[in-house]
Amino acid sequence: MREISCKLLVIGAGPGGYVCAIRAGQLGIDTVVVEANKLGGTCLNIGCIPSKALIHAADEFERVTHFASGKSPLGISLGTPQFDLARTMQWKDGIVGRLSGGVSGLLKKASVKIVEGWARFLDGKTVEVETEIGRQIVRSEHVVIATGSHAVELPGLPFGGPVISSTEALSLKAVPHNLVVVGAGYIGLELGTAFAKLGAAVTVIEALPRILPQYDAELTRPVSERLHELGITVLTGARAKELTQAKDGLIVEQSDGSLMTIETDRILVAIGHKPATEGWGLEEIDLDMDGPFIDIDDRCRTSMRGVYAIGDVTGEPMLAHRASAQGEMVADIVAGKRRAWDRACIPAICFTDPEVVIAGLTPEDAKAANIEIVTDAFPLRANGRAMTLASDSGFVRMVARADNHLLLGIQGVGVGISELSAAFSLAIEMGARLEDVAGTIFAHPTLSEGMLDAALKTLGQPIHI
Amino acid sequence: MAEHVIRLPDVGEGIAEAELVEWQVKVGDLVRADTTLAAVMTDKATVEIPSPMDGEIIWLGAEIGDKVAVGSDLVRLKVAGEKDSASTAQPQARAALADAPRAAPATKTHPTTDAEQRSARPVISPRQAPRTAPSATPRSGAFAGAVRPVASPAVRLRAREAGFDLRQIPGTGPAGRITHEDLDAFAARDPRVARSQTLQPKSAVEDVKVIGLRRRIAEQMATAHARIPHITYVEEVDVTALEDLRESLNRRKRKEQPRLTLLPFLMRAMVSAVAKQPRLNALYDDEAGVIHQHAGVHIGVATQTPTGLLVPVVRHVEALNLWDCAAEIARLAETARTGSATREDLSGSTITLTSLGAMGGVVSTPIINHPEVAIVGVNKIMMRPVWNGSGFVPRKMMNLSSSFDHRVIDGWDAATFVQDIKALLETPALIFASD
Repeated sequence: MREISCKLLVIGAGPGGYVCAIRAGQLGIDTVVVEANKLGGTCLNIGCIPSKALIHAADEFERVTHFASGKSPLGISLGTPQFDLARTMQWKDGIVGRLSGGVSGLLKKASVKIVEGWARFLDGKTVEVETEIGRQIVRSEHVVIATGSHAVELPGLPFGGPVISSTEALSLKAVPHNLVVVGAGYIGLELGTAFAKLGAAVTVIEALPRILPQYDAELTRPVSERLHELGITVLTGARAKELTQAKDGLIVEQSDGSLMTIETDRILVAIGHKPATEGWGLEEIDLDMDGPFIDIDDRCRTSMRGVYAIGDVTGEPMLAHRASAQGEMVADIVAGKRRAWDRACIPAICFTDPEVVIAGLTPEDAKAANIEIVTDAFPLRANGRAMTLASDSGFVRMVARADNHLLLGIQGVGVGISELSAAFSLAIEMGARLEDVAGTIFAHPTLSEGMLDAALKTLGQPIHI
Repeated sequence: MAEHVIRLPDVGEGIAEAELVEWQVKVGDLVRADTTLAAVMTDKATVEIPSPMDGEIIWLGAEIGDKVAVGSDLVRLKVAGEKDSASTAQPQARAALADAPRAAPATKTHPTTDAEQRSARPVISPRQAPRTAPSATPRSGAFAGAVRPVASPAVRLRAREAGFDLRQIPGTGPAGRITHEDLDAFAARDPRVARSQTLQPKSAVEDVKVIGLRRRIAEQMATAHARIPHITYVEEVDVTALEDLRESLNRRKRKEQPRLTLLPFLMRAMVSAVAKQPRLNALYDDEAGVIHQHAGVHIGVATQTPTGLLVPVVRHVEALNLWDCAAEIARLAETARTGSATREDLSGSTITLTSLGAMGGVVSTPIINHPEVAIVGVNKIMMRPVWNGSGFVPRKMMNLSSSFDHRVIDGWDAATFVQDIKALLETPALIFASD
């Protein structure tokens, strides 16, 4: 049995773990990262990146299909387009491979030692790793738990056979004829929309009364409309019960309590993720928990000295960029710098059609926090660039304090609006006021002008509406 | 190979847990039977834990400073053989280093029963780092826009590294935003920030664990200060005659006799003074509501050692003459400084004497050695002008700063006690006369 010692041990090389390890390595900390699967974690291998590749392919295919229908006002027409999912997957796998290789290169450049295998705590400073070449013991002064999360199964609908998670959906060999998506959260809607664009007959089932239940109705309305346009059936207030006997359909309990059967060849269950807290010896170190998550403080410290936790295993929002920011902070802390979590906002994006961005507080959040606000939205149908892109649904919305106009939140929905998320979170993080946004020159003609116009409108001085 | 677990033994006298103060081995070390593995400190003594057999250390169950329950796993050894096993090590009392808070000798002791000991769960108390807020990390994308100071990330980072609390810094920017200039202005007013180019502020903080003897001292001082309402009484003493006598005795002393310091005279004076005020030579058991007045005068002598304050005890001072006292003080000071003092040397005092010699200052406020009721503090000797009725004359003057437990000692009694000592020291012949 081999044994190594280090100053920092990172368990999990997802967007939290690898960022932590790279930063630590750059700071001269003797760092080891353990990963059982592929470098890059869920995000890079079976999440953000491959899903965006598939969504892009689906968007392109839908575009040319639209052209082929002869209905495009752009005056483009073409013959019947063909789609080969296997080639798309190959292309997607190429991207994932390149990025994963990139992470490996960055870790090596930062002099981080990579141990491939399954880690298990023996005590708070010692981890045993099952590697291909046998057991290895890693002793470390500091340990970062970055084990991430797993897709949640539905009782009565365990994964297997026609029931798949997003992981399998992202490596299907062929587009299913019928697809039922259980869960109208962002993962279900992103993938459901993509497969619908690729030709599948898609039904989305959501137990709550509306889609994207974490977002307000105003933001999700353009998405709802588009789902309808794409021919996707959305059943809200409905619950997936079980497979039919022949496993060729799903029995669904509708909002009125009646049962219906939906014939389908694939069922994508996307009802959320749960923290990966099993199988790596959490019981050996007995950390304080916060519900199902590992409890952390504002420095990502757990209840055991020298043990930190970052990313999905520490709770919502389960987002790659939150994990990365935490990872970087922990590396700094281990290097002896003074750091604490003080970020003003963690933006979140749904790559639905159209895309949804939220940064900071929504009007409802502000109301719940008893803050007097001013808020208004600027519709993209009044934005020239949106019109020239032939996609003018959606809006940009500002939420600011009523007393000093300090920006508390910016949200938006619209095609391509994900790229505006940077401006949204930068404005909030910098402590901008509505007047700061209004006083900034936004290049014309761009979608981002929607942000300027939204600020002007919220100040009661709109130009373009 | 099998695993052998070594548990913390019963270190005696009804002790349920002990503080780990030293590891003599680390994981991976090969040890033989009787190799010392660790040292633990109880209220009474430091105890070494030897290994019961040969083996390789594979796990250490506590960190230095942790309190370890009796019976809990301390060390795991990889040993020859097939069967896993466990044992309780045989403790070996080391010379006690602790100035033990004592149970009053006359009070009844209540030995802890086995059941009580077992009920003390063998758990190593986790040493949690201080945590600012149990769960301050935002759990959602939202933030409390109403309370957080408005500042750009760069300003926030600068403030954190400088150790400034942004909530204390007035923001002059729009919406009260704190700017880099606001930080500069705050730093300029902050006394921690040097104004000179060559003098740089340092922001490093070194965390020093309070363990072992230091922890004992801290606990003992906290107990004494929290429980005892101190009254401190300061009086000046003309020691001119005493100093003359001391010098004269030292000049004439036989070779094997120790040099006399002021302390033996003081101790003898204290014996005479407590003979008149027996209540001062006592241990007060405030829970039982009993004052145990001791006939024997056992004087603790506060002594600075490299590891901290110890109070070795000169026993039965009433039965020692000046030279005996001096010899005993010299012996105890030496054993305390070299760490070879025994538990007997360090416990059982009934009244305490503290002196910093030339460092004694003008006045001090001694903390009573709980559960005693009186402590006599000695300040430095200074040549001072004293009015003798017709003119100022140079006299060797020394202050005594003495503290008393005001619950059981009235000011009058305290004053009488000090005045008695003063009278004896100013006319040192009386010290011998009263013998």
